[in-house]
Amino acid sequence: MSLDQPEPIFVGGTVGQSVAKTDSLEKVQGRAEYIADLYRPGMLHGAILASPHAHARIRGYDLSEAMQAPGVVAIITGDDVGEGRMGAFIKDEHAIAKGKVLYVGEPVAAVAARTEEEARHACRLIKVDYEELPAVLSPEEGLARDAPILHEHLAEYIKVFDAGSDGNLCSRTELSEGDVDAAWADCDVIVEGEYTTQPQAHVSMEPCGALAEVDAAGRVTLWSANQSVFRVQANVCESLGLPMSRLRSLTPRVGAGFGNKMEPHIQPITVALAMKAMRPVKLILSREEDFEMVRARHPYRVRMKTGAKSDGTLVARECEVLVECGAFADDSPGVMGYSLLMCGGPYRIPHMKASGKLVYTNKLRFGAFRGFGNPQVLFAGEQQIDQIGEKLGLDPFTIRRRNLLRRGDQWFVGPRIGSNGLGRCLDAVEQAAKGARADGSPRNFGLAVTAHISGLLGTGAIVRMLEDGTISLNTGATDIGQGSDTVLAQICAEELKLPFDQVAVASPDTDGSPYNWGTTASRVTYTTGRAVKAAAKKVVDQAMDHAAEILDCDVADLELREGGRIGRHGSNTDVTFAQISGRAHWAAGGPLVGSETLVFDEPTHDPKRAIALGLPFPRIGVFSFAALGVDVDVDDTSGQVSVHEAWSAADVGRAINPRLVEVQLHGGFVQGLGYSLYEEMVWDGARLANPSLMDYKVPTARDVPDAIHTFIIEDPDPTGPFGAKGAGEIGLNAAPGAIANAVARATGARHAHLPLTGERVLAGMLDPGALQD
Amino acid sequence: MMVKKVLHSLTLNGEEVQVATAAGATLLQTLREDLRILSSKRGCNQGVCGACTVLVDGTPVRACLTLTARCEGHAVQTMEGMDGDRVMATLQRHMVQSGGVQCGFCTGGVLISARDLLEADPTPSREAVKTALSGNICRCTGYRTIVDAVCGAAEELSQ
Ligand code: FES
Ligand code: FES
Repeated sequence: MSLDQPEPIFVGGTVGQSVAKTDSLEKVQGRAEYIADLYRPGMLHGAILASPHAHARIRGYDLSEAMQAPGVVAIITGDDVGEGRMGAFIKDEHAIAKGKVLYVGEPVAAVAARTEEEARHACRLIKVDYEELPAVLSPEEGLARDAPILHEHLAEYIKVFDAGSDGNLCSRTELSEGDVDAAWADCDVIVEGEYTTQPQAHVSMEPCGALAEVDAAGRVTLWSANQSVFRVQANVCESLGLPMSRLRSLTPRVGAGFGNKMEPHIQPITVALAMKAMRPVKLILSREEDFEMVRARHPYRVRMKTGAKSDGTLVARECEVLVECGAFADDSPGVMGYSLLMCGGPYRIPHMKASGKLVYTNKLRFGAFRGFGNPQVLFAGEQQIDQIGEKLGLDPFTIRRRNLLRRGDQWFVGPRIGSNGLGRCLDAVEQAAKGARADGSPRNFGLAVTAHISGLLGTGAIVRMLEDGTISLNTGATDIGQGSDTVLAQICAEELKLPFDQVAVASPDTDGSPYNWGTTASRVTYTTGRAVKAAAKKVVDQAMDHAAEILDCDVADLELREGGRIGRHGSNTDVTFAQISGRAHWAAGGPLVGSETLVFDEPTHDPKRAIALGLPFPRIGVFSFAALGVDVDVDDTSGQVSVHEAWSAADVGRAINPRLVEVQLHGGFVQGLGYSLYEEMVWDGARLANPSLMDYKVPTARDVPDAIHTFIIEDPDPTGPFGAKGAGEIGLNAAPGAIANAVARATGARHAHLPLTGERVLAGMLDPGALQD
Repeated sequence: MMVKKVLHSLTLNGEEVQVATAAGATLLQTLREDLRILSSKRGCNQGVCGACTVLVDGTPVRACLTLTARCEGHAVQTMEGMDGDRVMATLQRHMVQSGGVQCGFCTGGVLISARDLLEADPTPSREAVKTALSGNICRCTGYRTIVDAVCGAAEELSQ
């Protein structure tokens, strides 16, 4: 299905129908409330003082002048927070700088005042006495023998996996199967290269923010821009030493995430300010602060080598990555480990070795960003597949088809592949992109394929039948705009055979929602969807028991009918959900509630097959697949690349809401296009030089091709809800690889460095040989 | 820094209002902090993203770059005041249907720019739509479904 032939919108639709998102109307009317739109009685505004130094010891603070400034109610510094540290993999981060600052832009102090302007003004009056320390500005520097050490107490930090931390080495991961070293001798063709990728900013249009208030008993309520109310709760409580029962975490509408709102940003600071001020405090970052303080996509150095037989059969691949962590571990160990798991691509390669080092540096933390390490390694890997094809005279489709992993195969280190529609994705792209352009000119075509997992970690769902037979669904999953509330309601409605609009989705609330790790890792449709389906099924079963009693028959004689009715096979009489629920509430059995919690528990690592050291995710999930074709134009005089047309085909198991899947593919591709061609955070020494939308370019409507064709391939996953798998990241992963392959086709030059700026591409055109391999 | 408040009179969504706002405040600040008009969003505060777009005397402006003092005696219109606007209602319906609304943070600004385009050019080409929206950054949709929505609305309105 493609947007080229618009589908009608079904208002009563359930699974497989492109119903409009439940939040669309309030959003087009400007009535949706985001964090900056919330106000509380007596509320103060917060502002942050950022570190001017990349690495310095804090000797003391002088707050006297700032406290006297107009409107100021409270100031916090590192002295106001305890010794607690937070972190998803390694607990290395205080709520606010304490003892040391580790990057330019790191929050050092925060002020609560009557207005934002007063709070910002008072921040400028805070004096901090620093003792400057030498800084580490690259992973290579960080690993040097005499490097200054960022985290002197790293050995004592709590770690949730075997990180192998040492000095500035945050973590290391080593994976291998087969015998790579011996396998090179069996290869007829080998390509190798060293690649670098740049840091990319998320630029969700809503900057990060939070609002906290403390009640009379000292319990905190916290609203924030987030991708998980539960990770917010955990991070704030760990860093501030609060029992989790003392903090309630909620969410307004979220102005998109892409990874930057998954782990903490300024929620701990906002809570600390509200606790000190004993008044509600709202803190909203400026765009510049959002660039400088939150997180970004990791820059990678990738060394990769791939070998194949003369018939194109892949034999061996080796991949070594050096990853810049920034000042705090955050999600970085997971990103690096995941990129190594994915570095072979969706191919059968019997001999594989992958290793990585993650190194602390004095920059803002790098962290989760749509793709989670996959685009970086794929940029190298998918170019090498093309290069092998070129050497052997095999076109990009043929070389890939010859090597695809199939259903039932094991992925690198062990996970078993369920459904796999990648072959059909390739067919769809090949079919649609074949031939010349409409004007007869030849295409500059590039292809890349990818896989991505969905399923990580714990989730739950509670389905309640209300008195009138309509439904309340509560999952704790934050909808960051991609439409998970709608998709989960569709799954629930389908299972209950109710019209979609009779399912209301509760807003996530740590007081009332079941645990949900987060809206991240392409997981909500798949894993939360499974919980929703199972919970809804329990409500159906309970309703069946009631119906059997009301109709005085056996449950086996009953059937669930469309519209919330249960009747006997072969008879017209039935009872409605309203009758059943009324009876349950007031007469027999008690209200109908179905709940389910689960965690994806298939092990990643098969020890019989592979060796794995420092694997941060012992269980990862099921695989989605995608193929991306692009046709580019390269300007001869400037080297500027633009995408003329793109074909994105993704196997998402089953599209619960096809339109929302297509928008994920569009949005992911365009974010990947910016990443491939121009987006880049640039540091001038220790300072981020372009923390503004004037200096950091993201694609606008004029920068994207009109013709982005999407193809939804459905190879239902046996474990997914109605067969569904994740779709959130798969549209981005392949962009840099496909675009680099198209640029090579157009110019004859291979590129090892992202982004593919006009300057780089022009240099390649002038001297193609200089850049090769 | 004692914040001096200044009194301004302007027409907001058809009603005369008097508002005391910080001297030197931008229209975005005044709308949000003093008038609680929240549909205009602070995406960059630098005039780049378009999330704050509102109409002053019927022309789209960036509220973050417009001083409130300059609006003295002028008519400011925001999404809150668009009820009953046929072009806007049609655009909104098409945006909902096309999937052009994802996180929604850019949506108000996008719609106000699109409405302005359709007032000037009721039958724009796709290229014209893209040009008209090039000052509104959307990080979610990849623009395709937004352009579809605007073209769809234009077609319906011109029938
Ligand atoms: S907030 Fe005004 S243009 Fe971005
Ligand atoms: S819908 Fe999120 S920025 Fe446009």
